[in-house]
Amino acid sequence: MTLLEFKDLHVTYTGSRGRIPAVRGVDLKVESGRTLGIAGESGCGKSTLAMAVLRLLPKSAEVTGEILLNGEDLLTMGWGRLRAVRWTGASIVFQGAMHSLNAVHRIGRQVAEPILLHEEGISPNEAAERAEALLERVGLPSSRARSYPHELSGGQRQRVMIAMALACDPDLIIADEATTALDVMVQAQVLQLISGLVTERGVGLVMISHDLSVLSEVCDEVAVMYAGSVVEQGPAHEVFANARHPYSAALGAAFPVIGDPASRKRPGGLAGDPPDPVRLPDGCAFRPRCAVAVERCGEEVPALLAVPGAAGEGPARVSACFVAQEGEPVVV
Amino acid sequence: MTTTTPVSPRSLRWARRRQSFTRSWNAYRSQRTGMIGLFLLAAIVILALAAPILVDESQLSVTQATGGRMEPPSAGFPLGTDEVGRSILALTLWGARLSLLIGLTATVVAILVGTAIGVTAGHIGGWYGWIALRFSDWFMVLPSLVVAIALLAVLGRSMSTTILVIAMVSWSGTTRLVRAQTLTVQARPYLERAKALGAGHWHQMTKHILPNVLPLVLASATLLVPSAILMESSLAWLGLGDPNVVSWGSILNRASSNGAVSAHAWWYLLPPGLAILLVVLAFMMCGRALEAVFNPRLRGEQS
Amino acid sequence: MSSEARSSNEEPSSGSAPSSAAPVRGEKSLTARDLRVEFGLPGGRVARAVDGVDLDVAPGEIVALAGESGCGKTTLARTLLGLERSTGGTVAFGGEPLRYSTKALKAYRRQVQLVLQDPSGALNPRHTVYDAVAEGLRIHGITDDEPGRVADALSRAGLRPPEQFFLAYPHELSGGQRQRVVIAGALVLRPSILIADEPVASLDASVRGEILALLLRLKEEQGLGALVITHDLGLAWSIADRIAIMYLGRIVEQGPVEQVLTAPRHPYTRALVSVLPGAPALKEAVPEPIVLAGELPDASRIPGGCRFRPRCQEVAAGRAAEVLHRCESEDLEILGPESAPHLVACHLDRARREDARDGGARMAV
Repeated sequence: MTLLEFKDLHVTYTGSRGRIPAVRGVDLKVESGRTLGIAGESGCGKSTLAMAVLRLLPKSAEVTGEILLNGEDLLTMGWGRLRAVRWTGASIVFQGAMHSLNAVHRIGRQVAEPILLHEEGISPNEAAERAEALLERVGLPSSRARSYPHELSGGQRQRVMIAMALACDPDLIIADEATTALDVMVQAQVLQLISGLVTERGVGLVMISHDLSVLSEVCDEVAVMYAGSVVEQGPAHEVFANARHPYSAALGAAFPVIGDPASRKRPGGLAGDPPDPVRLPDGCAFRPRCAVAVERCGEEVPALLAVPGAAGEGPARVSACFVAQEGEPVVV
Repeated sequence: MTTTTPVSPRSLRWARRRQSFTRSWNAYRSQRTGMIGLFLLAAIVILALAAPILVDESQLSVTQATGGRMEPPSAGFPLGTDEVGRSILALTLWGARLSLLIGLTATVVAILVGTAIGVTAGHIGGWYGWIALRFSDWFMVLPSLVVAIALLAVLGRSMSTTILVIAMVSWSGTTRLVRAQTLTVQARPYLERAKALGAGHWHQMTKHILPNVLPLVLASATLLVPSAILMESSLAWLGLGDPNVVSWGSILNRASSNGAVSAHAWWYLLPPGLAILLVVLAFMMCGRALEAVFNPRLRGEQS
Repeated sequence: MSSEARSSNEEPSSGSAPSSAAPVRGEKSLTARDLRVEFGLPGGRVARAVDGVDLDVAPGEIVALAGESGCGKTTLARTLLGLERSTGGTVAFGGEPLRYSTKALKAYRRQVQLVLQDPSGALNPRHTVYDAVAEGLRIHGITDDEPGRVADALSRAGLRPPEQFFLAYPHELSGGQRQRVVIAGALVLRPSILIADEPVASLDASVRGEILALLLRLKEEQGLGALVITHDLGLAWSIADRIAIMYLGRIVEQGPVEQVLTAPRHPYTRALVSVLPGAPALKEAVPEPIVLAGELPDASRIPGGCRFRPRCQEVAAGRAAEVLHRCESEDLEILGPESAPHLVACHLDRARREDARDGGARMAV
């Protein structure tokens, strides 16, 4: 069943420098019990996408298109309905969210708060019990409910944030760089926890990260975003191991595979910087940094089309690259 | 970044400075109160500077006074006269010179001392920092007017002692502010980088800390000037000013000691009083606007 | 993939530059011996942030120092730079122990330079690129041909043509360009060793490779030595020659990157490597992801015996039963920097090696 669907979503901010297109026509789908990874660098629009789901964008943002959650359009929904959806339908764990805990309240109370707010007829005691159970689910002893945020480490606080996101049994969890600030081992712990939740409870998960290697381990499917658009989409490990867009290839190469002699002492990367969203180049937005660009790339914007050599089972493999669509290699 | 090859680095650096000044000026200009304050201040300063042209110094002399005793405003004396027949307008104009001079000089001295102690206390820290901090705390809690009166009584009444005394009771606030800002700048990674490059204390303080502290100091200085002017007026009103010069405070002092209140000679009291109010207001308005321009918490770190 | 990095790898420059990747030990290498840094905490406790470290960095090699946050790696870097005083052991450059007089430190800093994690914070927002790079020259009173030296440093750091960047302010540059400016500011003094603390952690993924390729090129073409401090083992795989894994103030495993990362022997390294996406060869060495429970203990409460024992998966699984008494009571000796290529501070590993050797000897008899 399709849980979340973006249909031709555009988000444009209006700032002092004029109109800034942050998301430019994104179509994505997430099924229940499946994990979609969204990869990209800062400024590619991936966080805007996450915020748009719960309508957390600033007022200056102009949003067009549709975001369907269980078939309901979130963009046209009334505030009362939206408020309910914000915890029970979908919840977000942000990057650095561990800093957003209230320093003067005990952990238990903060986890219980959304339960009390969103579930009618629940007593404070029941809510507190639920909160303790949730903390145990995320691998924290229930005695931690009586701690204050400063008594916990970064990883523990991030677990608390996940517990809060789970408080009202949402159908969809969006994790926006939820593990980026954490150490390798703690990150592994949190990732294990998140994937466990997906398989156990059948929730849908959208995982946003710049680290394609992490996404390839955790997700079923990955969409790579560049300058506000999806440039490649397909099964996670295939996008990572055998990219069909030069940008995904470069992003993947930024995270070397340990033990692979091909990446030993060959740091991958791209020359240049992500484009300024106010002055996007003509044609393909990636062309100025692209090593395989052809003449056509400067003239037309490539659409996201199926690429050859990717037929068969699993999610469709699509790429917005003329070179890849011709079946040519995208890596020099 | 993509500027063409520089003609001469120095000239371009100046162009850069001009550019950043323009940016600050535009930010300042967008604040209505700041602009009102600036116009007011400019008017007062021009009047004070032009006082010798507008009014001859001889009009201040007690012996050459032409008016009668405490005459109400008239065509000859638009603001009336004092107890010996001098024009209040002339006195107020000339008083502006002294009040501003004392206010500004005392502020400059206080700021210099306060900044020096604040930066060193924040940067060097340790025992020195602790002692400097206690010392400034001590000055902060002293009742400034009482201390000023006591000091003036001991040191004798003159313009320079007045300046010194005012500076002495007002440097501690700057020290506090500068020390706090120094500590924030100190925590920035670029100081760590400078240290790793081998920078000594002097380099760190002059190249990194001071440039980042100065804008705030400037903003606080504009707020310190009015309090210095008020302090000078209070001291002069109490009869502790330099007896040989005219300031707004000393006009008020003479007015009250010569019974202007009981004589209902409002023209004697009002002009210097209003002048003090206006100057203080003007400086305050400028200071608040500057603070909004420079305070990194209200604006971005950059520029 | 960066074409620059490739070309420098595949076609060793035939010029006069010391292009051989072999590190030049001795005269200009940085050495730490039994280095200790302790901090007093409120309540009289003492945090042993660095608890006995031997480390060598020579010109012409890149050494990665990896570990979780709180393991003491940043304190170690600061101490190597003389920004923090050691409470025991020595830091030496070219065999000369580091002295902390202002003059000695200043001379030392012409040789050993720092690159910080966050280039946005490492540059004074009020200084132009030129001023930021020239700062080192001014501090050290080098006045001849300042613009030339600055231009040279900028172009060595890959900002070309350098004159275009002279008057830019940090906020006008991209993150990658800023980090290059920071590197240029360190290079301008022509140091022999760079200490880079998470040099790419705050940069965008696609820009990271460029900065790493730059470090690699500086090493290969100009014989620069670098100590790269990181929590990212992939970074070590990308550029480092040797790697030291740090846990709670001490190095627990060190050796050539290929050996340490593809055949890790310390349980902690094995766990770290196991949770990373790896190549098939690696999956053979460490088949299952080992997710350690708990977190790094406080540096003021370092467990007795082997410091890793409370979290050790081998101990937890009972595989270390025969050496457990030693794990519980015997602290492991500090790993010497050079006595053997691949060193591991683990009782279990030692016992297994001995068994293997004995077994081998018996077979031979």
